[in-house]
Amino acid sequence: MKKLLTILLFAPLMAFAAGATLHLDAAPDRSNDIPALQRGAKTFVNYCLNCHSASYMRYNRLHDLGLSDAQIKDNLMFTADKVGELMRTAMQRDEARIWFGAPPPDLTLIARARASEFGSGADWLYTYLRTFYRDDARPTGWNNVVFANVGMPHVFWELQGEQVMVDHKLTLAKPGKLTAQEYDEMVADLVGYLKYMGEPVSEFRKNLGVIVLIALSVLFVFAYALKREFWKDIH
Amino acid sequence: MSSLNSKLQDLLGWVDARFPLTASWKSHVSEYYAPKNFNFWYFFGSLALLVLVIQIVTGIFLVMHFKPDASLNASGVPVAFASVEYIMRDVPWGWLIRYMHSTGASAFFVVIYLHMFRGLLYGSYRKPRELIWLFGMGIFLCLMGEAFFGYLLPWGQMSFWGAQVIVNLFSAIPIIGPDLSVWLRGDYVVGDATLNRFFAFHVIAMPLVLLGLVAAHLLALHEVGSNNPDGVEIKKKKGADGIPLDGIPFHPYYTVKDIVGVVVFLFAFSIVVFFMPEGGGYFLEFNNFDPADPLKTPSHIAPVWYFTPYYSLLRAVTFPLFGIDAKFWGVVAMGAGVVVFAFLPWLDRSPVKSIRYRGPITKVMLTLFVITFFILGFLGTKSPSYAFFGAIPGAPVAQILSVFYFLFFLTMPIWSSLDRCQPEPDRVTDK
Repeated sequence: MKKLLTILLFAPLMAFAAGATLHLDAAPDRSNDIPALQRGAKTFVNYCLNCHSASYMRYNRLHDLGLSDAQIKDNLMFTADKVGELMRTAMQRDEARIWFGAPPPDLTLIARARASEFGSGADWLYTYLRTFYRDDARPTGWNNVVFANVGMPHVFWELQGEQVMVDHKLTLAKPGKLTAQEYDEMVADLVGYLKYMGEPVSEFRKNLGVIVLIALSVLFVFAYALKREFWKDIH
Repeated sequence: MSSLNSKLQDLLGWVDARFPLTASWKSHVSEYYAPKNFNFWYFFGSLALLVLVIQIVTGIFLVMHFKPDASLNASGVPVAFASVEYIMRDVPWGWLIRYMHSTGASAFFVVIYLHMFRGLLYGSYRKPRELIWLFGMGIFLCLMGEAFFGYLLPWGQMSFWGAQVIVNLFSAIPIIGPDLSVWLRGDYVVGDATLNRFFAFHVIAMPLVLLGLVAAHLLALHEVGSNNPDGVEIKKKKGADGIPLDGIPFHPYYTVKDIVGVVVFLFAFSIVVFFMPEGGGYFLEFNNFDPADPLKTPSHIAPVWYFTPYYSLLRAVTFPLFGIDAKFWGVVAMGAGVVVFAFLPWLDRSPVKSIRYRGPITKVMLTLFVITFFILGFLGTKSPSYAFFGAIPGAPVAQILSVFYFLFFLTMPIWSSLDRCQPEPDRVTDK
C-alpha cells in the first residue's frame, strides 16, 4: 500500500522528466469573424458531433453567431429535437470505449483544456487536425504528430488527403478534395468555433471589461479627490 | 427633517441602552487612532477583508448552482464538473461570479502575502503584537485549507490529482499514515465521499473558523494599536486629551484612503477577471478543463501558484532519515516552511522594529529571502527535471534555497541582534 502510494505521489512528477517540447502552428484568429465561426459550427456538427459530444453547449447558444432558431434547426441539428437541448452524441460511451480504446472526449472545453506552455489550445487543435499521417502500425491506420498514437482516426482524410511521414517530415502522398490552403482554412474555421464554444461569453466579457475599467478609472478620480480633501490638514 | 433626526437619535439611544453600538463604532472606527504615516503597504489589511467579502458573497451564489457529485451524468461527465460549466454558461452572470471567485482565491493570497511581507518589513509581529501575528498565522493556515478544499470542487483533472497527491502526503506519517489518509479521503481513492466532505469544509467549517480568527485578529489589533513604517509606538506620546499625538481617527482618514486602495485593487482584479481569467494557466490550470479521470494521471501535477514555494520544500527532501521515507521528511519540511513564520516574534532579536532603522544584514537577508521565496515558488510550478536556460538544473537549486529558507529563520536570533541599527525616532516621520 505504502509503495503504491509513493508511486502515485512521485510518478507524475517523474513522467515529464524527458522534457519534451512541442512545436505548434499558430491558429489564425477567428474571434470576431462570424461567417467563419458559422462555417466552423457546420463542420463541427457534420464531422465531430457524430462521435464527440459538446454536452455543456446548447444549440440555441448559437444565437451568438447570428443564427436563428429556424436556421439552427434546419442546418445544424441532426440528433436533437429542441433548440434548447445540449449537443449530445448518439454514440454510446461503452461502445466507443471498445472501438477506440477510450470514449471520444467531450469537446465543449477542448480549446481551453489543450492550452499549455507550448501554445494556446487553439494552436494545439489547429496543429493536431492538420498533422494526421498514415501509420499501418496503428489499429485505425492513422497516427498524429501532436498526439502520438491517438485513438481517433483521421476524420477529414477525404478532404485533406493522405499524408505520410518521411524522414520525420509530413508529405502529402494522396491529395484530397481540398487544396492544402483550403484545408487549412477549413480547420482554422473549425478551431475558431471550438475556441468560441470553449467560452461563448469571452467576447462579451472583454467588452464589458473595458466599460468596468473606465468606470473604475472615473471612480478613482473621485476617490482620490475625496482622500486629498480629508487629508489636507494632516501633517 | 429635524424631527426625523431626533427620532433616529432616540432609536440610537434605545439601541445603545441595550447594545454597545455607538461605543463599538467609536472604539473600532471613529475613535480608533491609527498612526498617520501609513504607506502603500498598509492597504493590504483592508483589501484582505474586501477579498474575504468577495469570496463569501460570490461563494453563496456559486453554492446555489454547484452540485458536489462525482457520479457521471448521461454524457459521461461528472455532475460536479458539469455543474460548474452550467454556472459558466446557463446561469445568468454565472461566469462573472465564478471568475470573481476563482480570481479571488489567487487575489486573496497575493494580498495576504503582501500583508505578511509588510509585517516582516516593519516588525509588526514584535511585542506587543505577537498575538495579532499568531491569529494572522491561523488565518493564513485556514486560508490554505480553504483554498485546498475549494480546489477539488470543480472536479477537473488538476482538482482530482492535486487532492490525491496532497492527501497521499499524510500516508507518509509512520504507522498511522495510510489509515489516516483513507480516513481523510473517506475512501481508498479521492471520490464522491471526498468531494462531499471537502465541500462541507469549504463552505462551512473553514469559513466559520476564518471569520472567528479575523475577528480575533482585529480585536487584538485594536487592543494594542497599529504598528507603522517607523516601528515606533504612537501611544508613548499622547496629547493632553489622551490621544496619541501621531494618531488620527481611522474614520474618516483611513476609510477614505482605503477607498482609493480598493478602487486600485478592483482595477487590477478586473483586468484578471475580464481579460485573463485563467491567469496564463496559473489561476485556472489548463488541464482542469478536463473532467477528473481516476484512470488518467496527468503528465505533470503542480499545485496552484500560492502553494508552490512549500511544494518546492517538499520535493527538496530526497533522502530518507532515521529509517523513515524521504517523503515523510518532505512533508515535515513543507509543514515547517509554513509554520515557521509563527515563530518570528521570538526569533527576531533586533532592538528596533522597522527596516528603516535596521542595518545592512537585515536588508540583505530579507532581500535574499524574498528572492528565495520567488524562485522556490517558480520551481514548484515546474517538473523536478526543469533546468534554468536549459543548463542549470532546478532541483539542486531548490535544495540549496530550501536550506537558506530555513537558515533565514533559524539564524535570525543571531543576525538580527548583530546588525548595526540606527536609533529609532521618538515620533513617526514623514517619509
